[in-house]
Amino acid sequence: MILRLEHIYKDYILGKLTVPALKDVSLSVEEGEYLAVMGPSGSGKSTLMNIIGCLDRPTSGSYELSGQNVMSLNDSQLADLRLKSLGFVFQNFQLLPRMTALDNVALPLVYAGVRKKVRRQRAKEALERVGLGERLSFRPTQLSGGQKQRVAIARAMVNQPSILLADEPTGALDSKSGQQIMELFQSLNDEGVTVIMITHDRNIAGHAKRIVDIFDGELKTHVDVPYTESREVAE
Amino acid sequence: MLENLRLSFQSIWAHKMRSFLTMLGIIIGIASIISIVSTIKGTNDELKNKLIGSGNNTVDIVLKENGYATSFSSSSDLPYGVPQVSDSVREQILALDTVESVTCYTKRSYADVYYLNESFTDPTVIGIDTSYFATAGYTIRSGRAFVEADYTEFRTVVIIDSSLADEYFPNEDPVGKTIEISGTPFTVVGVVTETDTYEASINSVEDYYNYQEDDPLCLFIPSAVWPILYCFDEPENVIVKATSTDDMENAGAKTEDILNSAISSSQTDVKYDAENLVTQAEQLDTLTSSTNIQLLWIASISLLVGGIGVMNIMMVSVTERTSEVGLKKAIGARKGAILGQFLTESVVLTSIGGALGVGAGIGMAYIINKISGVAVAISVPASVIAVLFSMLIGIIFGLMPSMKAANLDPIEALRRE
Repeated sequence: MILRLEHIYKDYILGKLTVPALKDVSLSVEEGEYLAVMGPSGSGKSTLMNIIGCLDRPTSGSYELSGQNVMSLNDSQLADLRLKSLGFVFQNFQLLPRMTALDNVALPLVYAGVRKKVRRQRAKEALERVGLGERLSFRPTQLSGGQKQRVAIARAMVNQPSILLADEPTGALDSKSGQQIMELFQSLNDEGVTVIMITHDRNIAGHAKRIVDIFDGELKTHVDVPYTESREVAE
Repeated sequence: MLENLRLSFQSIWAHKMRSFLTMLGIIIGIASIISIVSTIKGTNDELKNKLIGSGNNTVDIVLKENGYATSFSSSSDLPYGVPQVSDSVREQILALDTVESVTCYTKRSYADVYYLNESFTDPTVIGIDTSYFATAGYTIRSGRAFVEADYTEFRTVVIIDSSLADEYFPNEDPVGKTIEISGTPFTVVGVVTETDTYEASINSVEDYYNYQEDDPLCLFIPSAVWPILYCFDEPENVIVKATSTDDMENAGAKTEDILNSAISSSQTDVKYDAENLVTQAEQLDTLTSSTNIQLLWIASISLLVGGIGVMNIMMVSVTERTSEVGLKKAIGARKGAILGQFLTESVVLTSIGGALGVGAGIGMAYIINKISGVAVAISVPASVIAVLFSMLIGIIFGLMPSMKAANLDPIEALRRE
């Protein structure tokens, strides 16, 4: 068990109103799993993603990640956990525009305190892994959407985290680029990386081995469109 | 750290114009401070050099009563217990390593002196021994110096200084003329001129008091005939010539001790006091600085304004880069790393400003020197302090924006695009 959420509640306080975003969410993910969390906008899936990604703290419940009790960690320990155990991929890529692809990918290694020479070497390898070995010194503005997302994936994977967290990874891409990203996820998963993907897109979710639905802050077991079938539809 | 520095230069360079305008406040502040300090230092250095170097390394040791130079007008004014400088005391002084020569003299200001029917304005009569001119730094311009016979035969002869000669004997040679001192006729046998004359620049009342002791119009008579005009056994003042400028203080202080030990202190408040030129020069230092310190305060205010400018632009920078901060936090940057990044940027900004300011200040100092002729001297410590101080400004005024960045909520920050 790489990740276990139990009875997670998350409330947002807007003025005098308390808005529940997550209600009694329990979720376990095995190591090496490929999971999609599917739901419409406003369903609480981003909140769930933030909590899994240790960017936000639940109001109540318990959360265990890689054997650590996340609830008891302070800000710096959470930062270290994000650095070592989690890789993030965002819908809008979140690349730093002034930096080259290589520097963008090397950024997490800076915070991990890796020496510059090693940083560059590892970043280069990560970029080669996503098929961008020829684009090392390109800046984000010189790359296509699909290429940008692949740089972002290289950045997420450069520190060799056990979990890859993706929030609508194909939301800003055309279907062909989206397809390439999905293939990349699949191959990473084949190498043993746990992939958790959040999406509202049924076809994209279909690439995962397990799907959970989230609706109104509550988690539901997916009532299934079979895995193989959805994959064929997507293709 | 190195990475932070690189990032800082990158982001400062990315907004060249904005960065420069932000630095401008710091540049102007530091430049004015450096130019003010340079002129202060220049003036002081000049003053010190002139003052200390002026007297052929001579130190005056004068009798003072409660801090004021004593003056006698009649025998009844003479202090009890203060003897004339005896030969053995003189030998003791000459035996000091730091003393090259020594001379004793008596002095009367505002003497009564006439030439023909003309009265001299405030002349000073000085009774001297044979070593006076060599020690105090006078050379004979015309006529002769005193000889042994002037003393043994109690000749009423006088040597006048060149400024007096020029004023009262403009078209004639004063040598051989007879002048009247307190009703006694004296024959002029020579004219002396000061070897090193120093024109003091008098800009304030304080300067005036410092320089007024410089003897005005002087007449020198043999000490042997002093009692004809004034008192017997009048206590003498002393001048020693030190072996070097550095030894002046030491020579003065030791001579003072020797002379004071000859005074029976129970009977009088009068004491010998060595004039300390180094101290005097330092007093002048503080004098000139104190007026300029106010200028420094004004310049510091411009630094404060510059600092606020830096804070303002750092705030803008943090807001602009909210999503960058969010991303960095998401991929595992600790608060401290974010704080360090923005703080480094702010410090780099103000340090560059400070360094440019030092350069501009030195330039300004030279321009001031060229235009107004005020002496300038670049102070290396002041320049280093100025750059360090601008770094400090970077830390102080960068702290709030950096904390703001470090405390950004990554979720909120990522949502911003």
